[in-house]
Amino acid sequence: MKSFVKDYLCRQKIKESKMFWVISFMLSGIVTGYIFRRHKFRFIQRLILTLIWALLFLLGLELGSNHQIISQIGSLGIEAFILAGAATLGSVFFSWLLWIGIKEKSSDK
Amino acid sequence: MKGSLIILSFFATGLLLGLFSWLPATWQNPDFGFIVLCALMFAVGFSIGNDPKSIKQFRSLNPRIIFLPLMTIVGTWTGVILVSLLLKNRSLTDCLAIGSGFGYYSLSGILITHYKGVEIGTIALLSNIMREIMTLLFAPWMVQYFGKLSVISSGGATTMDTTLPVILQNAGKNYAIVSIYHGFIIDFSVPFLISFFCSF
Repeated sequence: MKSFVKDYLCRQKIKESKMFWVISFMLSGIVTGYIFRRHKFRFIQRLILTLIWALLFLLGLELGSNHQIISQIGSLGIEAFILAGAATLGSVFFSWLLWIGIKEKSSDK
Repeated sequence: MKGSLIILSFFATGLLLGLFSWLPATWQNPDFGFIVLCALMFAVGFSIGNDPKSIKQFRSLNPRIIFLPLMTIVGTWTGVILVSLLLKNRSLTDCLAIGSGFGYYSLSGILITHYKGVEIGTIALLSNIMREIMTLLFAPWMVQYFGKLSVISSGGATTMDTTLPVILQNAGKNYAIVSIYHGFIIDFSVPFLISFFCSF
């Protein structure tokens, strides 16, 4: 039990340090972008798209080479898909309610 | 449509290459993904800072958007509770734990494996990967039919990193701060909610 708690805290630390880097990279990007705000860099959108593709490629690679997961993907994948679809639809629906509420409020003005 | 297909084909290519081990093992260094993610964050930040209007327009948004993370959590749980009736061999709390990954597949997969074993952990990993991919693929339709907040809610914990560029593209750059705020709150709630649901 104790080692489990230790394990958990250790993971939390890793997670936080990753988050720290992600946020600092974004903030430094914002500052750099602001410094160069008089110049428009058209290639940035293209770069972002390319990096998303690279990220998805690496995710696929990681998943595909994990044979333990791939061997179970048939049975567990369907359950995962049902849960993912329900979670996505549920959150989309509830955010829609908030969106409608906001729209009505702003049209009152 | 075209954009979504390209995203899907990159994922599928990676999956196949990994499946048949067509790439040397050095490619599977998890640091690669993190480096790409950091580069992506810099580029996204750059595009926000480069267009100062995106930060100014944020002030024109309705303050009630603060409740968006709450809607994401309640909506996810509602969907999962309904569908847990279909999955008869899974308990309600298992389903809720999986749903509470909110797209954060790495953490939710590891945590749930730890608490509940490999089988549920694998479902959590796959389910949350699928949620991220669904958000990337269906972002244009979500915004079109369910408003600009829907794509942020759908992205869950990933809205401050991997799905942020797609959100900016479809909802507009003035939603950048909302998206980051939402991702931050959900991200922090994931370990607590999963631990809570796994304690039953």
